[in-house]
Amino acid sequence: MSEGDQIMRGKVYVLGDNIDTDQIIPAEFLNLVPTIPEEYRKLGARALAGLPDEMPPFVTDGNDKSEFSIVVAGRNFGCGSSREHAPICLGAAGINAVVAETYARIFFRNSVATGELYPLESAARLCDVFQTGDEAEIDLDSGIIVRTATGERFELKPLGPVAPVIDAGGIFGYARKTGMIS
Amino acid sequence: MATTTEKILARAAGQAKVEPGDNVWVDTDILLTHDVCGPGTIGVFKREFGQDAKVWDPEKVVIIPDHYIFTKDDKAHRNVDILRDFVKEQGLPYYYDVGTRDYRGVCHVALPQEGHVRPGEVIFGTDSHTCTHGALGAFSTGIGNTDAGFILGTGKLLVKIPPTLRFVLNGEKPEWVTGKDIILRIIGDIGVDGANYCAMEFVGETITAMSIEERMTICNMAIEAGGKNGIIHADEKTCDYVKARTDKPFEPQNGDLDAPVAMEKSYDVSSFVPCVAEPSLPSNYAPAGDRNDVKLTRAYIGSCTGGKITDFIMAAKILKGRKVSIDTFLVPATTTVAEGLMSETIDGVSLVEIFAEAGCLDIAPPSCAACLGGPADTFGRAQHEEVVISTTNRNFIGRMGSKQAQIYLASPLTAAASAVAGHITDPREMM
Repeated sequence: MSEGDQIMRGKVYVLGDNIDTDQIIPAEFLNLVPTIPEEYRKLGARALAGLPDEMPPFVTDGNDKSEFSIVVAGRNFGCGSSREHAPICLGAAGINAVVAETYARIFFRNSVATGELYPLESAARLCDVFQTGDEAEIDLDSGIIVRTATGERFELKPLGPVAPVIDAGGIFGYARKTGMIS
Repeated sequence: MATTTEKILARAAGQAKVEPGDNVWVDTDILLTHDVCGPGTIGVFKREFGQDAKVWDPEKVVIIPDHYIFTKDDKAHRNVDILRDFVKEQGLPYYYDVGTRDYRGVCHVALPQEGHVRPGEVIFGTDSHTCTHGALGAFSTGIGNTDAGFILGTGKLLVKIPPTLRFVLNGEKPEWVTGKDIILRIIGDIGVDGANYCAMEFVGETITAMSIEERMTICNMAIEAGGKNGIIHADEKTCDYVKARTDKPFEPQNGDLDAPVAMEKSYDVSSFVPCVAEPSLPSNYAPAGDRNDVKLTRAYIGSCTGGKITDFIMAAKILKGRKVSIDTFLVPATTTVAEGLMSETIDGVSLVEIFAEAGCLDIAPPSCAACLGGPADTFGRAQHEEVVISTTNRNFIGRMGSKQAQIYLASPLTAAASAVAGHITDPREMM
């Protein structure tokens, strides 16, 4: 994601509480190395492959990108493993932002450090409002997510102290900007 | 006044004091990585610092392949080759290579075992169960590849100082209650996000009386409540354990017991009972004796949580003179644990013999194995609708392989008693 993408529009995929990293990317796919471009794409193809089988497909067979670009979820999104493959597979599949009530710490941190996606927090429980397939628009500057069909507007919490790291594109960008590394 | 976590991080940041919520750059004492996240970490390091870049301090990098070792998966072997090449190129002294006498197995058991965990130090690892090492009075937490790549180049990381949640554990621990039962009870009380972003500090007479390995079991699962780190004060037992394994000097940074914390919760451990965590969250606490209705198809004893020598000794106490009635998989965490299975005895009978006579499957070589599923040919991986009682740390959907499998987390005592009965069983019935 590049700087200046302040408006994001796309289809929403809705999940509940405690979506763990094994559901986001099952361990059998951790043999893929995210920094190898071909394997980065393959991780996208396997994003959310660990969800229960009754869930609608996130990436359809034969594709490595999802038709969805926003995930809306409940509490404690990304709990479990420190596998960076988790935010990376979502980013590789084309997810620009996750909007959850709360995040597990390491997933949040990895999203920020990699700059793969915006881990946004909603004030309200949006996973009970949005349905998979809804269109939504996120305005980062005004901190709002809009449900396109109804025009309903929901507040996003400010990013706080991680905002400058996200704005710099991740921890390396931030460290260069602040003179920590050259 | 400051907690142990605050004291360690203040020292590592070169500051007199830090407060919860502060964001500070800290110096790293040990960076741990393994075969699943090491290759990506190396990829980030080379992409950002250049193909010819050198790590900040070869003495402080420890690489322990352990996840996908005994598999035919080509990429898993390719990933170990990436580690091997990097170690050679960088001249790293602490690499525990697959297929050699240096191979150890599960990183979180090997790291302290080989003397890389020292009180007062800062440890980062590319694995969420890096929180295990707080059991020896170190600040230790799991990070992703990008942060680890950054550390490889700089030795530093930007961290937010976590608020501390203090768990005061008093009372005499009954012999049927283990570290696993204690941490499952706490996670059951506070939930899988009950300690999100926080340090979980464990104090009290019960902790003081516990072995280092049992303390490790408790800190290992801090992440299952969302904790950033688990931490236990370094005492004489800790220092003796560490000094027996390394000549490197260390300075414990024990906190003030009256330092203000975000929450304090007290328990009388004498009232605890053997328990399980039901599918599919570690917080789904139930006393083992209440779930005799759950029929099992498999028992699994292994991993960084429940594959240490003390865990196998507990299981052997139950299994001696009894027969298991379901497939029982045993995976020692490290080669040292595997050797212990031969040298440790109960009434003159080795653990290996006890397990063989009980009808357990042949003991597997040390690795993470089926704790996290892994490649399809992984030893003990759930492939269908298995109902597993396991000494591991996670029972998420699909965690041990098949999404249809049901995983119950338990102590080695409860897992062994349940393996004998074929259904979830309170080990007191066999003690």
